[in-house]
Formats: sequence, structure tokens, C-alpha cells
Amino acid sequence: MMQPMTQDSKTPTTPLISLEGVTKIFPGVVANDGVSLEIRGGEVHALLGENGAGKTSLMNVLYGIYQPDGGVIRVAGNVAKIRSPQGAMRLGIGLVAQHPMLVRQHTVAENIALAVKTSFWNPTRLLEAKILELGEKYGLKVEPKAKVWQLSAGEQQRVEILKALIRGAKVLILDEPTSVLTPQEATDLFKVLNRMKLEGEAVIIITHKLDEVMAVSDRITVLRKGRVVGAMNTRDTNKNDLATLMVGREVAPVRSSGVTKLGESVLKLEQLNIAGDRGVNVVKNLSLEIFGGEVLGVAGVAGNGQRELVEAITGLRAVSSGTVSIAGADLTNKNAKTVTNAGVAHIPEDRLHMGVVGNLSVSENLALRGFEREPFARGELLDFKAMENFALRSIKTYEVSTPGIFARTRLLSGGNIQKLIFARELAQNPKLIIASHPTYGLDAGATAQVQNVLLERARAGAGVMLVSEDLEEVLALSDRIAVMFAGEIMGIVSASTSVEELGLMMAGQRQQEARA
Amino acid sequence: MTTSTVKRTNARQWGPFFIESRETPPQSWLFTLSMLSVLATLILTGVIFALYGQNPITAYITLAGGTLGDLSSLGVVLQRAIPLMLIGVGLVVAFRAQFFNIGAEGQLLAGAVGASAVALFFPNFGILEIPVMFIVAFVCGAVWGFIPAILKLKLEINEVISTLMMNYIAISIVEWLVNGPWKGKNQVGYSYTDTFPDAAWIPKIGSSTVHYPTLIVALALVALVAFVIARTRLGFRMRILGENPVAAKYIGINTLNTTLAVVMLSAGAAGIAGAGEVGAIHHKLLDPAQISLGYGYTAIIVAWLARGNPISVIFTAIFLGVVFAAGDVMKVSLQMPAQTTNVINGLLLFFLISTEPLVKLKISLAQGTWKLER
Repeated sequence: MMQPMTQDSKTPTTPLISLEGVTKIFPGVVANDGVSLEIRGGEVHALLGENGAGKTSLMNVLYGIYQPDGGVIRVAGNVAKIRSPQGAMRLGIGLVAQHPMLVRQHTVAENIALAVKTSFWNPTRLLEAKILELGEKYGLKVEPKAKVWQLSAGEQQRVEILKALIRGAKVLILDEPTSVLTPQEATDLFKVLNRMKLEGEAVIIITHKLDEVMAVSDRITVLRKGRVVGAMNTRDTNKNDLATLMVGREVAPVRSSGVTKLGESVLKLEQLNIAGDRGVNVVKNLSLEIFGGEVLGVAGVAGNGQRELVEAITGLRAVSSGTVSIAGADLTNKNAKTVTNAGVAHIPEDRLHMGVVGNLSVSENLALRGFEREPFARGELLDFKAMENFALRSIKTYEVSTPGIFARTRLLSGGNIQKLIFARELAQNPKLIIASHPTYGLDAGATAQVQNVLLERARAGAGVMLVSEDLEEVLALSDRIAVMFAGEIMGIVSASTSVEELGLMMAGQRQQEARA
Repeated sequence: MTTSTVKRTNARQWGPFFIESRETPPQSWLFTLSMLSVLATLILTGVIFALYGQNPITAYITLAGGTLGDLSSLGVVLQRAIPLMLIGVGLVVAFRAQFFNIGAEGQLLAGAVGASAVALFFPNFGILEIPVMFIVAFVCGAVWGFIPAILKLKLEINEVISTLMMNYIAISIVEWLVNGPWKGKNQVGYSYTDTFPDAAWIPKIGSSTVHYPTLIVALALVALVAFVIARTRLGFRMRILGENPVAAKYIGINTLNTTLAVVMLSAGAAGIAGAGEVGAIHHKLLDPAQISLGYGYTAIIVAWLARGNPISVIFTAIFLGVVFAAGDVMKVSLQMPAQTTNVINGLLLFFLISTEPLVKLKISLAQGTWKLER
């Protein structure tokens, strides 16, 4: 269990941090099983693994959020007990969470002042100079007096990094840092990481994206099912080997549906304007058409109106103006039930909180859409027998692994909950499938299954709208790709478009400009 | 341990215990927390007994004997339990559908007014007199509940405030009726209506005060509610709405109709309780403070203690009935003010609400921590 990792002979110095046989057990799950790794000064260390491989729980152990059930953590050679994030910070460990945790109404300097010891009166005075100085040193340019809500996701992330650095972090953990960034912002981030490396600091980057790992890291530790399955120098490996290590087998790339003859229009949006939660329009003059048999990918950085667009189509949000037509019928501002009955399936973004009722059984959740009609209802009474028969068939067809159809749905894993939702939503042979982030957080097996189901349905004639932040997925599945930025479509392009071009469009350039 | 679950779990250690949060607690944990609340209340009430110079142990023995010791005292307990059961089962449904009805007191009075109107002005239904009183009381209570419900659903007016305010309106209306238009011609000097005709007297078991028709209605309502929740489309909609309003919206459940149905059932049940009180105990409409001894508020505890289970209401209503009856025993046998029961009720609700943050926590012995400490 406690095998020290093969030392690079050129670095005889003590590692900044070493984990020796760290084990973390949750009820029913071994999240980390005897994990050993070393973090050295001046390196970018990638912690690679699929969702659920144990990367985040390992870092939460290191950051003092969890206590390990076994194993030892050494900081600069000495055994350390890290009981809380405060304790971790005292030891020079900083964490930049996936989503920034900042006070939106405050300025950058004020947010940083909240995190550090500073003078009681006018706490930001000295900090502003410090922010500019560190910003210069690492290439983290932010205006200290800017309000956080004015900043882009990338700039907010820089504030988080600055916060950690000002607190004196020698080791910086970045959790999925590029998930909220455009490709260009990601490149800027990597430049910052390289500067930090030159200053002798260590960076741990948690990710499942192979391109990033190859681009930015020096060494890689691959986790699978809580165990270290590989540790190597980045220059000694390649993407294919890493993918195989990460997944445990070769992954067959998914191909798009390949349908050549499109069916009739299943969704037509004309001049849509949709107000967001704050009352301002977050979708502006959007027009779009999807035909039977095609997969239309909607790409974009999160928060550019995709969620509101999906909600407006599926009857969960009113549109301010414009029309939504489904298979030729005007369904603008109709409720979710009407939209469903018109032949629309909705795979929601938040599958745990919207897609299922955790406290109801698997069988009941599968009947969620149909319980008001035959065969699940006879008059006012429910026919549980019919629900159970349907549930038994569904879990077989969609390979839902569950203790039983009477088990509470909350006990299922994310992948199985998603399969359950697919089984329910696709039962009525919908003409249009709206899938929001359908594979987010799923393991490789469930991801492949979900993607294949979507493609099968497209081949069978359904129109699919795939909203995803995962560019690789969008490129792999879609026939056409619509890129959204600030509530508008920057262009609708073919699936052969390059990632760079998509990236520019995601950052707000229109199709022609991006191509030029 | 995907990123998202880790964010929600946020486990931490507290002494030898390991504390994690979870979305949906099992029934056994809810029951444990309710019992802990009852226990904490009994201990603190024991302190109050001690401050009155009573030995808490003997005081509790006296109270148990005085409320459960013989048939006549059991009758008093049941009499108190009837309105609590009716209102409590209604509140269980309302709370499950996320409607916080604090207005059962006013709905009870509305029902009492409706039943009194039937008894005083339409006394000729013969054998149907009492059923008609119950039906009219149900409708009056339901109307009283409909007003805050529609205000919430259409204008997003907080129902905790509006239902509470509706109580005071109901109290004023009853006071006005018994002092003004409905004041009995034969009730010189008192703010009563005339005594109801015999046909409107709800019968009781023997010489006790247990008005069994109301009890039967209450038990039937419990059974009906349990059946509706478990077996019908309306019940399924209610469960979805109560467990996960976001999912309810996602599948397009008509929140307005479902909530209205739930609130009117809840308020109507309180109305029937009002009919029971005026038809069986008082035989007239009188001062609102005498019609209801705070049943509408106590039933909130009944419902909370039942933690959303309609069948449990039978038992929690009887338990709070015991607390009510204990008030009389305290006055007579322990020379303590009967209002001490309000303290008990208050403490119980306080502890029940205090345990709410614990509902979503999972506390277990941390494994392997001691090994690591050394």
C-alpha cells in the first residue's frame, strides 16, 4: 500500500507534499484506496481521472475538508494533520474551487480582504498594491477596484488564485479549472500556471481533459476507482495511453448519427427573447430550426442563455417575445405538460433535483410523466401493477442498476438516475429530445450508453438538441453546432469546425469574424 | 465522489462523531428526533415542576394517573384529541404540500359559525341535522382557508402571515355574532347564542364527553387522507409537489389546483372540528376563546410530531390530548396553573423545530479516527 513513487533522480529535494497510502471510505464506497503521490516545488502535477475516480475527495482530504481513514500526509517532510481548510492554508495549501466563491457586490480587493488578515480600518488600502504587484508577477491581471459581478468567469478565477497566493499558498489545487473557461481563457490560465512553476510553487490540477494535461502538466497521476493506476512524466506518455489508463479499456469514439435525409421540422424558434431570473433578457432575438433525424449541438460557456433557452422550449419559463413551434404547432408559453404531450422529451441539466424525486421509488419515478393517464391511472386511482411492469421493462432495456424497482431513487448512482430519466422521457417516442448536459458527471460506460441512445433516436427520426459544455462531446455527436454567447447565436456551423474556431465564437466572435 | 456530490456532502468530524449531510432522511431517524424532542421537553418540564416544589417523578406519576388512570379521565383525553386529530391530519397534508397553514384556529371558528347557523336557523333536517352541520362546517372552514391560499398562489402573499391574520378576523366575527345579531333572546347578560335544538346535539358515549360521531369522522378522514396520498393521482401529485417542487414544475403539475385542493381539505377538516366543539360540548356559539382552547395552534405540534404521516396523527393527537388533560390535573392535584401546559406545548414545538437542522444530517461514529489520533 505504501509504495513510494519512483523518484525522478534529478530532484533529490524533499517533496512539498507527499501522500502515503491515503484511504478515504464513505459508506458503501472506497473513494481513495491507499493513494500515494508526491508534489514537488516547481511542477504542475495533473491528477487525472474520470468523474468518480476519487480525485476531488483526495484533494478534499489534503485541504482538510475530509479526514482520511488511513495513511499519512507529509508537508515538507513532516507528518501533518490537516483538520480544516484553515489548517491547510496555514501549511501553505490553497484550493481554487470549480465555481468561484466570491461576494458579487463587492470589489476584487474587498473580496480578497475578507480572506486575509489586514488592518481593521480601510482594509483594502495596502491590498490593492499587493494585488497589482502579484498580478504583474504572475500575469494575473485584475482591476482591484472592479466589482466582482462585472468580471468574466475567467477573471473571477484569477481573483480566487490571487486570494490563495496572498494567503501564502505554496501549493495550489485547481479543481477542473477550465470547465468555466473558453479555450483562449484556458490558454491564459496555463501561462499563469507556468509562471507559478518558475517561482518554485507547486500546482495540482484536477481534470479529466487529456488535452489540458498534455499541454500544461509536468507529471501525471492517474486515478481509477480510487486507486493510483499510473504515475509518469508527461513527456513520456501520450493521450491514447492516458485515456486507456483512465478508463481501463480502449474507448471507441462515438460517431455522429450520419443521417443524410432529414425529416420535417420538429422545432422552430423565431425571434425569441427570454428574460432571465433578474428580469433582463438573457436570450436575444434567437431563431433556430431543428429537423427530424439530426443532432443539433448547442455549445457555449455556461451562463450564456442556454439554460433559459431550454426552459423556454420545455415550458418551464415564459418567453418575452417570439414563438416556439414544435412539429408545426405553436406552443409558445404553454406549460410543461402540454409540451410533453406534443412529443418533447426533456433530459434536464440538474438530474438529481429536477429529473427525479429522490424519496420516491424507482417505479414511481418512471411513472412521473405518465401517471395521469392510462395505463398507470384508472380514473382517479393509480394502477401500481402497471407502473411496476413498466419499471421492470425499463430497467432491463436501459440497464438501470438498482436494488429493485421499489428502492428509493436517491440510492441510485448518477449514471443510473440518468438512465432512468432516459427510460421515462423516451417511452412515448418523442419527436424532439432536449438533452442538457446529458453525460455530465457520468462514468465512461454510462456516457457511451447515453450518447448511443441519443444517436439511435436521431437515426429513428427524432430531432435532438444537445446542450453541452463538453466540446468534444458536441463535436462527436452533432450534425450541426450552434454556438451561443451572451444570449445570441454566434453562428451555426458544421461538426467539422475546428475547436479553435468554436472557441473564438464561444468568446463572442461571430462566425465570419472567427473564420477570418 | 464526483465534484458535485462532494460539494453537497461536506462531511466533518465532531469529537468521535462523523457528521454528513444528506438530502432525504429515513423514517427511523425522524422518529428518533421526535422522541428526543419529547424527552427533552419532559426533562425541562420536570425542572419547572421542581421549581414549584414538586418532585418531578411523583408529579409525572400523578399526571399519568390523572389522565390515563381511569375511563373518565381517558374520556377527557379523547375529547381533546378529537379536534386535534381532525386539524392535525389536515395540517399534515398542508405541510406536505409546502403550505404552512397557521390559520386552523380561524378555520375551526369558521366551521363553528357554519354549524351554528345550521343548528339555529335550519333545525328541521331531522336525522340529517348533524351531517348537514358537518358538511356546512367543512365548507365554511374550506372557504376560510381558500382566501389565504389563493392570495399565496396568485400574489405570492406569505401564507404564514395571512393565515394567522385570518384567525383574528374569525375571532372578531364570532364576537360580533354572539354580541350582536345572533345573541340569544334567552341569554340575558351573556354573549351566547340560544342553545341549539336537541336535533343538533352531537351524541356522546355514555356520560363521557367523547362525541363519537366527530371521532368517527376524524378517523375516517385519517383513513381517507392516507388512502388519497398512497393510491390516487391527487395524492401522487401532492407527494411530488411536497418532496420536490422543482420536479413538480418540470413535469407540469398544476401547482395551483393541487395546492388549493390540499389547503381546502386541511381547512375544511378544521371546520369540522369547530362543528364538533359547538355541537357536542357547548351546544351554542359563544366567546371564541371558549370554543377553541388553542386547538388550531396545538394541532401544528400534532402534525409536526407526526412528521408527515397521516396515520401517526391518531397517536400524536392522543398524546397532545394527554398534555391538554394534564392541565386540569395540574390545577387540581398539583396546585399548579393549568397554563403550564402551554409551556409544555411551547417547549415541545421549540425542540421539534430545533431538531429540523439535524433532520438532514447523518451522524455516525467515525471509523478509524482513534487509530489515526495516536
